[in-house]
Amino acid sequence: MFGEFEAFLSILTFVPALGALVIAIFRFTARAEDQAQIDKNSRMVAWVATMVTLALSLILLFSFDQDTAGFQFVHEIEWLSQIGLGYRLGVDGLSVLFVVLTAFLMPLCIMASGAIQKRVADYMIAFLLLETLVIGVFCALDLVVFYIFFEGGLIPMFIIIGVWGGQNRVYAAFKFFLYTLLGSVLMLVAMIYMFLQAGTTDITVLLDHEFARNAQMWMWLAFFASFAVKMPMWPVHTWLPDAHVQAPTAGSVILAGILLKMGGYGFLRFSLPMFPEASDYFAPLVFALSIIAIIYTSLVAFRQTDIKKLIAYSSVAHMGFVTMGLFAMNETGVQGAIFQMISHGFISGALFLCVGVIYDRMHTREIAFYGGLVHRMPVFAVIFGLFTMANVGLPGTSGFVGEIMTMVGAFQVSWWIATGAAVGVILSAMYMLTVYRNVVFGEITNPKLENITDINRMEWAIFIPLIIMTLWLGISSTMVTDITAASVENLINQYQAALPAAAQ
Amino acid sequence: MTADMLSQDLSLLIPELLLAGGAMALLMLGVFMKGEGANKLVQWLAVVLLAGAGLASLFLVTGEGQAFDGGFIFDGLARFSKVAIGVVAAIALLLAMPYLKAEKLGKIEYSVLMTLAVTGMFMMVSANDLISMYMGIELQSLSLYVLAAFNRDSLRASEAGLKYFVLGALSSGLLLYGSSLVYGFAGATGFNEIAIAVQSGPSVGLTFGLVFVICGLAFKVSAAPFHMWTPDVYEGAPTPVTAFFATAPKMAAIVLLARVLIEPFGGMVEQWRDVIWIVAVLSMGIGAFGALTQTNIKRLMAYSSISNMGYALVAIASASQTGLWALLVYMILYMIGVIGSFGAILSMRTREGMVEQISDLAGIAQRNPGLGWSITALMFSIGGLPFMVGFFGKFFVVFAAVQEGMLILAVLAVLFSVVGAAYYLRVVKTVWFDEGEVEFVPAAVSVYWVTRLAGLATVLLLPVIGWLVFRAYSVGLATL
Repeated sequence: MFGEFEAFLSILTFVPALGALVIAIFRFTARAEDQAQIDKNSRMVAWVATMVTLALSLILLFSFDQDTAGFQFVHEIEWLSQIGLGYRLGVDGLSVLFVVLTAFLMPLCIMASGAIQKRVADYMIAFLLLETLVIGVFCALDLVVFYIFFEGGLIPMFIIIGVWGGQNRVYAAFKFFLYTLLGSVLMLVAMIYMFLQAGTTDITVLLDHEFARNAQMWMWLAFFASFAVKMPMWPVHTWLPDAHVQAPTAGSVILAGILLKMGGYGFLRFSLPMFPEASDYFAPLVFALSIIAIIYTSLVAFRQTDIKKLIAYSSVAHMGFVTMGLFAMNETGVQGAIFQMISHGFISGALFLCVGVIYDRMHTREIAFYGGLVHRMPVFAVIFGLFTMANVGLPGTSGFVGEIMTMVGAFQVSWWIATGAAVGVILSAMYMLTVYRNVVFGEITNPKLENITDINRMEWAIFIPLIIMTLWLGISSTMVTDITAASVENLINQYQAALPAAAQ
Repeated sequence: MTADMLSQDLSLLIPELLLAGGAMALLMLGVFMKGEGANKLVQWLAVVLLAGAGLASLFLVTGEGQAFDGGFIFDGLARFSKVAIGVVAAIALLLAMPYLKAEKLGKIEYSVLMTLAVTGMFMMVSANDLISMYMGIELQSLSLYVLAAFNRDSLRASEAGLKYFVLGALSSGLLLYGSSLVYGFAGATGFNEIAIAVQSGPSVGLTFGLVFVICGLAFKVSAAPFHMWTPDVYEGAPTPVTAFFATAPKMAAIVLLARVLIEPFGGMVEQWRDVIWIVAVLSMGIGAFGALTQTNIKRLMAYSSISNMGYALVAIASASQTGLWALLVYMILYMIGVIGSFGAILSMRTREGMVEQISDLAGIAQRNPGLGWSITALMFSIGGLPFMVGFFGKFFVVFAAVQEGMLILAVLAVLFSVVGAAYYLRVVKTVWFDEGEVEFVPAAVSVYWVTRLAGLATVLLLPVIGWLVFRAYSVGLATL
């Protein structure tokens, strides 16, 4: 119904930025004594803007044609056309769900930011800008537009971590920024090379362009440098625990829920379809790194004393499943990887929100500080328990579907890989259940916990959508796979077609 | 020469004639008019004159071509550069006015010297002969030496002026020596004739001369290893003078360098490309690493400009049409970022006077959000980070390098940009993350608006960047 309306996707992308602009205008025109009012209003504006985006993204989802593999809702504007650049947006089955995921998590983040009391207007502007940039990443159909959105997201995130973060926030913010920037600039050089080879930055054209094998190798490595850091894959994951621990709760949710997915999406959009020979050549490397990530970071997670750090390491492990599924390059594997990314967006977001709940009350994330929360916070215990189970991959939750699909996909390539991943599943049960037991069960030994209150209405409102999504996806997984099927099938066919042609 | 030819030649010189005549008229006006108002009038007239000269090259000079037997050239490149130089110089003078008044430096000579310096720059970008090139450079440099030491009661400013003069004179000597060698081996000083001599086969003498010319010009653009003067002069000179140094003369010198290398010595690209390659890498590296530990924001800007000139040299090293228009786009976006940043630095005035430590900006995003946001946007823009418009400068420069197959240079350029990002981030960190009490007095109107508008431009230009690229693109195509 909205498919004919060309600018729809651009509007969806820039609605949050418009919200940011509105807040900025208030912010700069207000007198000093009105700042309290501005802060209050900015929460409202941010919430409305994100909700409008969510509504638009749902319209996008429902008018999305599942049977088409190509790009839909394409919007093009002439921009730098004399040298071949253009502003192009569009979505296909690989990207549309990420747009919806982003739009879904953002209002929850705004609602979960009640604890933020200083510089609220700036905070909201940063989040809204971030939303525009992230949605832009998933919609971009032009290399340069993609890069601008991809890198631009660093700026608001840098500010979010640095201003509203924890004790060691400056270090974490710098590490986050420079680490990811270093990975991405190499990708920029590769993008320019692609541009010169193909004569255009239009992704739809580049998808059909065949690059020389030798060039593919180098470009694959350059893109890998960027996406592996973003993902993050072992051994370039070390920025993530720092960034997660120091970021405010909502920042962690966005980081784990959405920003990590940009790496996986990058593999799907660029590495696999554009450099199939190189992807095939480097797949063993990716498998090895994925398995190491799954097992090693699970063990590291087990040793953590900080809940947030534990969940951060668990995210790295779960992203290992994603890369493993992607490079298995069969339908189950890729579908599973996308599913795992979506599901992890809900689950890890929810887990960080759970940590946020107790952090807001006690201002510490030390596991040892807590214990026996079930006696004071029964509802919280149930919710936290549900997401713990989902993170472990209990059947019936979305976490199970993603893990099992990626493992089945990997099994078709080599049973060794699937075995390694299965070990990771056991390990994830180990650390998640341990932390759950230590925090929730047992007697209350810490007198400070005597008066801790259970979750309030606002927190209910935040968790309910996440609970619904986690369970719903766990039971009815076709909801996701139906949408991605056509595009994934197309991707795999093209990939397979490119390989034997090269082998001859 | 008939009167007809003379008028044709002179018609190409309208902007220079305006500036030279205007400078003398302003000097007379300043000498014979008495009172407070005289200085103010001269300043405003100079602003109009500078911007007018820029616009005159856009509108009043209709033809293109060479004048005075090839000694002077007016082409798309010259037109583009003159508009940019004229406008940015006018903005720099606007920035200077409140500062000069507050520091009691309000003398008419400032405006006159700036006008003369800009006349020199106009000559530089239009030079088509070694002699007119040298004349342009010297007219510019001599004015700048005096401007650097304009606050003559300040020890640091005098030191800056002297240092700049001594090293500048040395570089002029190198340049002259190189020019004489080129003249000796090519048999002519005109660029057209040199180009022919180069085409017929490069000789050792020409190469030798060219290297000296490059050294002399590299000094003017403050490229490493001829950058030593930059931090001291930037720090010591009065801040509005530094703002001027960092913008218009850089544009003039880099365009002159590009013209000399690409036009007369285009046939020797194999010989000079390696030299420029090394100078570019050194500049980017020394600029990026040198800035990391700076605590004075003017010194930081000095290293930043060394590093940024390195990127400009990357564009020149590619020696292609793409390189040339990338250079122009780069310089424009760079100047927007720099002039805005100096606007911000000029806003750093407390009740006691100017402050210039980075730490004085601590927490400014809270106390003075407009300034804080502008600095943030400008720093990210100079650093070449998307979604600021400065990204496109770096993007096209790297693009030009990759197009010519200089992949190593391209990779080094982007890697140094990450190092560079670290110190721009440090400023942003100070602005946003730190707490501080330094209260600035409200900025003067011109300073306020230049900072804010430049800050806004770094984002708002993004949708219309195509227009700028298109202008530069047609210049690049026409020149080569």
